[in-house]
Amino acid sequence: MSSSHAHAPGLAHHFDSYEQQRQSASLGMWLFVAQEIMFFGGLFTAYLIYRLMNPVVFAVASSELEIKWGALNTGVLILSSLTMALAVRMAQLGKRKAIVGFLCLTLLLGLTFVGVKAIEYTNKWHHHLVPGEHFSFHLSPTEIGALQSHGIDVSDPAQAYYVQSRAEMFFSLYFAMTGLHALHMLIGIGLILYILRPAWKGRFNLDNHNFVEGFGLYWHFVDIVWIFLFPLLYLLGRHLPHA
Amino acid sequence: MSEATSTGYPEENYLTQGSTLKSWLLTTDHKRIGVLYLLTISVFFLLGGLFAAGIRLELATPQGDLVQPETYNRMFTMHGILMIFFFLIPSIPATLGNFLIPLQIGAKDVAFPRLNLASWYIFVIGGCFTLWALVSGGVDTGWTFYTPFSTLFSNSHVLPAALGVFITGFSSILTGLNFIVTIHRMRAPGLTWFKLPLFIWSHYATSLIQVLGTPVVAITIVLVAFERVFHLGIFDPSVGGDPVLFQHLFWFYSHPAVYIMILPGMGVISEVVATFSRKRIFGYKFMAFAVLAIAVLGFFVWGHHMFVSTQSVYAGTVFSVLTMLVAIPSAVKVFNWTATMYNGAVSWDTPMLYAIGFIGLFTIGGLTGVMLGTMGIDIHVHDTYFVVAHFHYVMVGGAIMAFLAGIHYWWPKIAGKTYPVFWSKLAALIVFIGFNLTFFPQFLLGYMGMPRRYHAYPEEFQVLNVLSSAGATVLGVGYLLPVIYLTYSFFFGARCAQNPWGAVGLEWETTSPPPTLNFDEIPTVTGEVYDYSPKKEAQVV
Ligand SMILES: [Cu+2]
Repeated sequence: MSSSHAHAPGLAHHFDSYEQQRQSASLGMWLFVAQEIMFFGGLFTAYLIYRLMNPVVFAVASSELEIKWGALNTGVLILSSLTMALAVRMAQLGKRKAIVGFLCLTLLLGLTFVGVKAIEYTNKWHHHLVPGEHFSFHLSPTEIGALQSHGIDVSDPAQAYYVQSRAEMFFSLYFAMTGLHALHMLIGIGLILYILRPAWKGRFNLDNHNFVEGFGLYWHFVDIVWIFLFPLLYLLGRHLPHA
Repeated sequence: MSEATSTGYPEENYLTQGSTLKSWLLTTDHKRIGVLYLLTISVFFLLGGLFAAGIRLELATPQGDLVQPETYNRMFTMHGILMIFFFLIPSIPATLGNFLIPLQIGAKDVAFPRLNLASWYIFVIGGCFTLWALVSGGVDTGWTFYTPFSTLFSNSHVLPAALGVFITGFSSILTGLNFIVTIHRMRAPGLTWFKLPLFIWSHYATSLIQVLGTPVVAITIVLVAFERVFHLGIFDPSVGGDPVLFQHLFWFYSHPAVYIMILPGMGVISEVVATFSRKRIFGYKFMAFAVLAIAVLGFFVWGHHMFVSTQSVYAGTVFSVLTMLVAIPSAVKVFNWTATMYNGAVSWDTPMLYAIGFIGLFTIGGLTGVMLGTMGIDIHVHDTYFVVAHFHYVMVGGAIMAFLAGIHYWWPKIAGKTYPVFWSKLAALIVFIGFNLTFFPQFLLGYMGMPRRYHAYPEEFQVLNVLSSAGATVLGVGYLLPVIYLTYSFFFGARCAQNPWGAVGLEWETTSPPPTLNFDEIPTVTGEVYDYSPKKEAQVV
C-alpha cells in the first residue's frame, strides 16, 4: 500500500510533485484509452468486413433497430459528456457541491442510457431477434421486395437460409458491440458512485483532481464509441429496404 | 549517497523490509513484484518444460507408442500456451523490467505501484484458469486456438484456457502501460531520452506492442468464447462467418507478440555486451531507433502466417516484403553488438557467454525467418519442423538465452549475492550445446518434410529425432543448473560487492540489493550513457 506522506496530502510517495503525479495519471489514462480503442477495434473490423460481405441483408436487418431509441440515447450521451466535462472543471476549481451536482447529473444520464438500452434489448427478445435457438427473422413485404430487387429470392430455401443466417450474424455483432459498450457504461456508472464520496468530502482541488479527470476521459471515450456505433448499426443503408 | 552505503553490503534493503508472506503479497515495491513474477513464471516454465519433455519422449520413436494422438495434441497445446503466455511474454519485462526500469532511470518506483501489483494478481488469476484447463484434461487446439476447430469441434477444455489467456493479457497490457508512463514521467533530472540505456528503449518499444496489440487478441478470444458458448456465428462458415478473419485478428497480436518476447532480450544483450566489452554501444541512436522500427514494422507483417489460407497472392507479396524489412533493424542490432565487441576489452563472464550465445542463435533464427517470409519457401516448409525450429531459435535460443544472460548479469543486484563461476559457465555451455542439438536437427527434419503436431513419423526421420530428444535432455540439465545454484546463492551465497562487474548505469550507483526507495538521494545525471571512458575504467579495475 503506497504510504502518503504527511507533507503533501494526496501526493503518492514516489512522485516529486503534484504536477508529475497529474501528468503520469493523464498519460496513463490516454494509454488506457488507446488499448480500449484496439479492444473495440477488433469488433469494429469484424463488423465492417461482414457488412461488406453481406451488404443487403445487413441493411435489411439493421432496419429492425429502433432509430428513435438510438437517437434518444445519442442525445443523452452527448449531454452526459457535457455534464462530465463540467464536473471535471468544477473539480479543478475545487467547487465541492458543483462537482457532486454534475456527477449526479452524469449518473442520471448514464442510467437513462442503460434503461433505454434495456428497453431495446427487451424488444429484440420479443421480436425473436436475439441470436440463438429462438432467433427468427420475420421479413415484411417491403423487405422481401428490397431483397428481391437486389437479386435475393427468399422463396428459394437456400437463399432464405442465407438471409436468416446473415441476419443472425448482424444481431450477433449488434449484441456483442452494444453489449460491450453497455458493460463499459455500467463500469462508468459504478465509478461515478465510487467517486461521489470523496467528491462530497471535498477531496478534489487544483492539485488533486486526477481521478475525476481520468474518469472523465474514460466517460468521453465510452460516449465516442457510441457515436460510432449509432451510425454504423442504426443508420447505414437505412434507405435500402424502402428504395 | 554516503560512503558507508555505497561500499558496504546494505543491512537495510528491499529484501529485509518484512519477511512475512503478507509483506510480499501486499507489496507495491517494483523490486519485490519483479521477484514475485520471477518465482511465478519459473513455475510455469517448469510445467511447460514437462510437456516439452513428454513431446520429445514420444518422438524418440517413430511409432506413436507412448501416448494417444489426442493426448499428444493436448501436450503440445499446453506446452505452447504455458510457454508463450505464461513464460515468454512476461519473462524479461515483468521480472527484470519491473526490477530495473525504475533503478535505471533513477526513480523511486514505477508510476503506478498498486497497478503493478494488480498486474501480478491478474497474471496469477489467469494462470489459475489455465491450470484449471490443465487439470481437467487440457486443450487440444494448439496455442493458436484456430477456429472453427476451437469453437465448434474440439471436445477439450477450450473455455478455461481461453479465459486464462484473456485475463493474463490484461496483466501484460497494464505492465506495458505502467512502463510507458514510468519512462516518460519518472526519469531522474538530467536523464534525457538519448541518455537512456538501451534496456529502457527496448522496454519502451515492447510496452507499445503490449498496450496496442494485446487488446486485439483479447477481443478475439472473447468472440471465440461467445461462439463456443452461445453459438454466435462470427467465425463459423456455415452461417457466413470467416475463420480467416480469426487468423487475421489472432496474428495481428501474435506476430508482434514475438517481439514482446525478443525486444526486451535485445535490451539485455545491449547492456551485457557494453559492460563486458568496456565500450559504449556502437551506433547507440541506431540501436534505439532499431527497436522502435522493429516494434512498428511488427504490426504490419501478420499476413505471413496466412500465405496458404486463402490470402490473395498480392496481399501475400506485400506481407512478404514487409516481413523482410524487419531484417534490417534486426541486422543493425547484430552488427552493432559485434562492432561494440570489436576492439573492446572483452571479458568472458557468465552473462557474456549467454549474450554471445544469443547473438549467434538469434542470427540463425532471424535469417530463417527471412527464408520463411518468402512465399516460395514458406509454402514448401509450411507447418513443418522447419517452422518449429525457426521460432524456437528466436524464442528459446533468443529470448530465453537473453533472459538467462540478464538474470546472471543482474543477480548480484537482485539478490546481493554471488553465484559459482564454474557452474554458471558450465550451465551456459550446456544450454548452448543442448539447444543446438535439440533444434538444429528440426531444421533438417522440416526441410525433408516432417510435419509438425504429429505424434508418429516415418522410420527415416528417427535418427534426427533421437538427436533432438537427446538434445532436449541436455537442455533440461542446462536449465536446471541455474535454478539450483541461484536458489542456493540466494540463501547461502557470499555477499557481493555493490558493482561486481564495474558497470556504469544508475542501477549500479545504489546498493546491491537496493533499498526500498532505490536511492538514498535521487541522482542527477550529467554524463553520457555507457560512459566506459578510460578514466572510468581505471576507476573500476
Ligand atoms: Cu509472424
